[in-house]
Amino acid sequence: MKLAAATAAAALAMTGLAGCGESSQVTVYKQGQYQGKPDSRPWESESFKGDRAGWEKAIKARNNGQNEYSRTVSN
Amino acid sequence: MARMKFLCDAERCIECNGCVTACKNEHEIPWGVNRRRVVTLNDGLPGEKSISVACMHCSDAPCMAVCPVDCFYKTSEGVVLHDKDLCIGCGYCFYACPFGAPQFPQDGAFGLRGKMDKCTFCAGGPEADNSSAEFKKYGRNRLSEGKLPACAEMCSTKALLGGDADVIADIYRNRVLKRGKGAEVWGWGTAYGKPEKPATPPAGAKS
Repeated sequence: MKLAAATAAAALAMTGLAGCGESSQVTVYKQGQYQGKPDSRPWESESFKGDRAGWEKAIKARNNGQNEYSRTVSN
Repeated sequence: MARMKFLCDAERCIECNGCVTACKNEHEIPWGVNRRRVVTLNDGLPGEKSISVACMHCSDAPCMAVCPVDCFYKTSEGVVLHDKDLCIGCGYCFYACPFGAPQFPQDGAFGLRGKMDKCTFCAGGPEADNSSAEFKKYGRNRLSEGKLPACAEMCSTKALLGGDADVIADIYRNRVLKRGKGAEVWGWGTAYGKPEKPATPPAGAKS
């Protein structure tokens, strides 16, 4: 009898405690601030591994590749 | 590095839609979503002008200002991106955007509107770079591979330029001065004159 009462009390306590672990499901927005996930920088990718200067050099080369005047002899 | 921008030269655009195709193919964009499109004025008439339009990655982006869930962010390179996990597909950004850039896929029955999709300047989104999750939600991340947007790099006449604003402005300035036409328009000096050495507008210029 005592065991059953203790088990019931323990079960009740566990049920009560389960409610404490519930996280809030209501989103709180901060006005004017980005609320999403953080993003990495382009040079932090596998291709550049944090080499910002290398990334900027690659982008600059691509940028200048769009100028067909630089490809001709008489600029 | 300055801010990333697009620039379309209407004198060169031949309305081939190569940029649209490149974008669709690069990111595997579904039907009904056009991150980039070509707009033609006076279509079919002599002197028609075409321009390729997508998200212009505004310095002061109105989409960011109106988003009720603040899902937009701007990267250090000036690219305007958004978190699709947060987007509720309300369409406010579409009304705010002067370029019609935000697109909404028809998702499911009764034309249910999906989460907003737009040009990412080929910079992906807030997922691990070049991951399958990033590709599925935002398309390919070319910027992290050291490449510029596919539309600009694919443009056959180089009407569409994309990249560091200072560099593409230099390319455009040089081009216009060389062809001897276009620099006489109002606002030229303000838009394309170098701050330290303003481009000399030809005689009769209004700016």
